[in-house]
Amino acid sequence: MHNFPAILLDDELWRIVTLSLQVSLSAVGIAMALGLPLGAALAVWRFPGRDVVVVTLNALMGLPPVVVGLVVYLLLSRAGPLGQLGLLFTPGAMVIAQTILILPIAAALCRQAVEDAWREYEEQLRSLGVEGLQAALTVLWDIRFSLLTAVLAGLGRASAEVGAVMIVGGNIDGVTRVMTTTIALETSKGDLPLALGLGIVLIGVVLLLNGAAHLVKEAAQRRYG
Amino acid sequence: MILPLRLDEVSLTIQGRTVIHPLSLEIAAGPATIILGANGAGKSVLMRLMHGLLSPTSGRVQWRDADPDRVRRMQAMVFQRPVMLRRSALANVQYPLQAAGVAEPERSRVAAAALQEVGLHHLAGRPARAFSGGEQQRLALARAWALHPEVLFLDEPTASLDPTATREIESIIRAFDASGTKIIMATHNLGQARRLGDEVLFIHQGRLVERALVDRFFNQPASAEAAAFIKGELPWV
Repeated sequence: MHNFPAILLDDELWRIVTLSLQVSLSAVGIAMALGLPLGAALAVWRFPGRDVVVVTLNALMGLPPVVVGLVVYLLLSRAGPLGQLGLLFTPGAMVIAQTILILPIAAALCRQAVEDAWREYEEQLRSLGVEGLQAALTVLWDIRFSLLTAVLAGLGRASAEVGAVMIVGGNIDGVTRVMTTTIALETSKGDLPLALGLGIVLIGVVLLLNGAAHLVKEAAQRRYG
Repeated sequence: MILPLRLDEVSLTIQGRTVIHPLSLEIAAGPATIILGANGAGKSVLMRLMHGLLSPTSGRVQWRDADPDRVRRMQAMVFQRPVMLRRSALANVQYPLQAAGVAEPERSRVAAAALQEVGLHHLAGRPARAFSGGEQQRLALARAWALHPEVLFLDEPTASLDPTATREIESIIRAFDASGTKIIMATHNLGQARRLGDEVLFIHQGRLVERALVDRFFNQPASAEAAAFIKGELPWV
């Protein structure tokens, strides 16, 4: 059995923490790059069946991670359509699964934020002679700090998630082992101090990132109103 | 010149409700035109039809100039509650100039001059969203001023402001008028109509009931509705 300080000095532990952050932050980055423009377009673009898309997108925020893990597993497995990429049981597969989980959150929250702002800005911008893509970009830029909420929600989902990364990553020691999968494993093995130590580190990391985001938002508010 | 503006049997129906009944009129350059009427009479809607923010259900809105880009560029509108972008006051004035293709250093020079005009030059670097209601409205006027519009639409620009801010706004509107910009302003404030207007379009329940010079309108209103409105009998109908 480990004791607390020893755990925190453990090399292996920091490898696990680093991989966790790499996977989750990559997934958040990709999901935001795809989801924010998607959400913005959905906010300003009227087309038949839009309501169905909006409701579906909102529902997808609750996508069960194990189901996403299973689908990605099937896609990436040797016999699957993307099998020859050889991504199964790699960090890449974990990033893909988490991206799929976060994308609806990024798009749905961005859609809501842009739609609310759009209601306020649209007439004024049209009156100033700004329309279409330029207007959408102006709104998106103006509410950029509100979109931090979407980023944080995505990050929360990614860092807390265990089912999908367990299935597509395989929880392989030194390769795809991340904080949540280690906690699950160590708990079942009965190594509660290690599981608990990792849990504390995980919560600390999430708190740190949220605190940083909050400071950025506060500073921006003071500066830009 | 994009004026005169002609409305030809223009009407607007929203969700089965006729907000503006078929209406024809011509607005020429020169005298300040006040669109007067009670809340809900259709003043703002009529203005949005003129400005092009709403499309009429029937009829046509025509400017003398047929080029839509020039028509758009030569008019500006100040709303009851202006929307400021989350950036500095100066950047807010520069924004439409940039959209209109005005290059630097001209853009900064024009924007700074516009802020000077409304007395906000000392707050140029401050975030616009932190301004008071009166300051934001002055900033909205600066934004319009920078565009040198031929026509300026104002939709109840002082309805949510205190008397001091209202006086400041009114003096800026007079400056626009003096500089040759055609003023078309919606208001339900009789005193303001008298102070700033040369002619009155009186709107009642979506119809143009009366059009007259200000003195004549207030002293000898031709319609019963206008007479009642002036006497204050139907302020909120």
